[in-house]
Amino acid sequence: MTTRVLVPSGVLGLGFDREALRRAAAGKPDIICIDGGSTDSGPFYLGAGVSKYSDASVRSEWKELLDARGAAGCPLVLGSAGTCGTDGMVDRMLETTRSIAEAEGRWLKVAVLKSEQPVVAVSEALQAGRLAPLAGAPDTGIDAGGIERCSHIVALAGAEQIAAALMTGADVVIAGRATDTAAIAALPLMRGEDAGAAWHGAKIGECGALCSTKPMSGVIGLEFDRAGCTVEPYADGARCTPESVAAHMLYENADPFILHEPGGHLDARSAAYDALDNRRVRISGSRWVASDSYTVKLEGARLAGYQTTALAILRDARYVRNARRWLDRLETFLAREIPARTGLEAHDYAIEFRLIGMDAALGPLEARRSDPVEVGVLAIVTAASQEMATEIARLANPFLLHFPLTGEEELPTFAFPYSPAETERGPLYEFALNHVMRLDDPMEAFRLEVTEVGGGAAG
Amino acid sequence: MARLGDAVRAVRSKNAGPFMVTVDIFCGTDAAFQRVNAAVSAAAVARLYRVDPERVERHELPEIRVVKFSFPRPAPQGSRGDRDMHGAQWAVLLAEAELEEDGDRVR
Repeated sequence: MTTRVLVPSGVLGLGFDREALRRAAAGKPDIICIDGGSTDSGPFYLGAGVSKYSDASVRSEWKELLDARGAAGCPLVLGSAGTCGTDGMVDRMLETTRSIAEAEGRWLKVAVLKSEQPVVAVSEALQAGRLAPLAGAPDTGIDAGGIERCSHIVALAGAEQIAAALMTGADVVIAGRATDTAAIAALPLMRGEDAGAAWHGAKIGECGALCSTKPMSGVIGLEFDRAGCTVEPYADGARCTPESVAAHMLYENADPFILHEPGGHLDARSAAYDALDNRRVRISGSRWVASDSYTVKLEGARLAGYQTTALAILRDARYVRNARRWLDRLETFLAREIPARTGLEAHDYAIEFRLIGMDAALGPLEARRSDPVEVGVLAIVTAASQEMATEIARLANPFLLHFPLTGEEELPTFAFPYSPAETERGPLYEFALNHVMRLDDPMEAFRLEVTEVGGGAAG
Repeated sequence: MARLGDAVRAVRSKNAGPFMVTVDIFCGTDAAFQRVNAAVSAAAVARLYRVDPERVERHELPEIRVVKFSFPRPAPQGSRGDRDMHGAQWAVLLAEAELEEDGDRVR
């Protein structure tokens, strides 16, 4: 028996090659799986419980995927709905599905899998000794208080929870936060395909055509069997090569051979990648190593203040040449003036400057020095409230505009690109958890509901 | 002297979760792999990125001619002080490092 998984692209909202999707769906895959989220865009999305992608992109792509599902006659699974995979994002995706189904007179059975964790439950897990830090966990003082300050905590569902959703017989599964690989690995594992191949193929396919020579084309097919997995791109001219496929094990993965998942890990140290022809690659030889206990990874984000930014541009050659010295003087001046004028203590706020054109990306690590045409001076203020952050940015405003290099010269005026010069960025969130939570039953931290949406004929 | 980036096919970096960054050197040829593998130690990467050498993981993948390093981010992704949300520009630092002629180190 084989299990054929179609992956339309690395994430819902990023787009895919329509013709390749049509062709792939016509080939009658057993399941269509797409990821909807990641921590890759930063803590804001989880902290605020919102999606990174535009509603219009998500809706139009989801409609096309529902059509592809209809053509293929197989389930469609979305993992990590709405970037962060919170309950609110799952509900929103269900509403999007309902509205498309109603507009098209299509009847769909939808299984909704929720991954969000009440802070109380996570605090109890901490007290019960069920939380363990992962390597690289921040020293953010994860105690009950630290957990309670998280605005959202999600657990990453694995193949077991996705399998439970598929067992309901749903046409569509909308899952909250899940591992990138879980949706793809679930059906092959349910059907008894080789477990090492199921996870390894899932990792290779999770970003769609990123494992091929045409990364933007999206559409990838994975065929799992009892001994391995075959990867095949669907776009015209796209090829998978042993190197392009093997290279994807490196992607966003600290260890290129080991992939931790709920319930165990993939060990790809003895994996082989063989070209079947000039566009398909066979993966075999990986092992799945089950762990003694069942754990799920937690992600949590908490509020870390509010930010207001301002941007000035130095174009005057003397100021450009002396930008670092100028900024050092300005920082010293503001470190005195801000507390003096506002009554704030130094630890109540932060004002960071980035010299764009000099070392804004790398900071103190920057090794190159050059002679830029202009230098952007980005000021980022962080304070306990939005009002205070903006107040500090306004206090800095005239100096960002006019601060002189020496005390004995005409006041310069730099370029502000817009008015007002301050931009309120809103809340700043930070990731606060890098932990796993031990479960007695894989479903105990997740909720599964089945709903019927739309109308008209089934399918 | 040559820049490491000129001696290989590509150097890329990316977050590996919110707290780690991973840098992949795609050498392209066996000869480049051997040269880079001999030249670029975990200690050299630790110096370049100013991280504790004990926290730098080093992986050699001769089959795909890759040398890979993973280490903690200077600031957790997206927290105050982070300069690069995706960690993708840090690769440049290694790509622009000088690979000495005898090929035994970068600096």
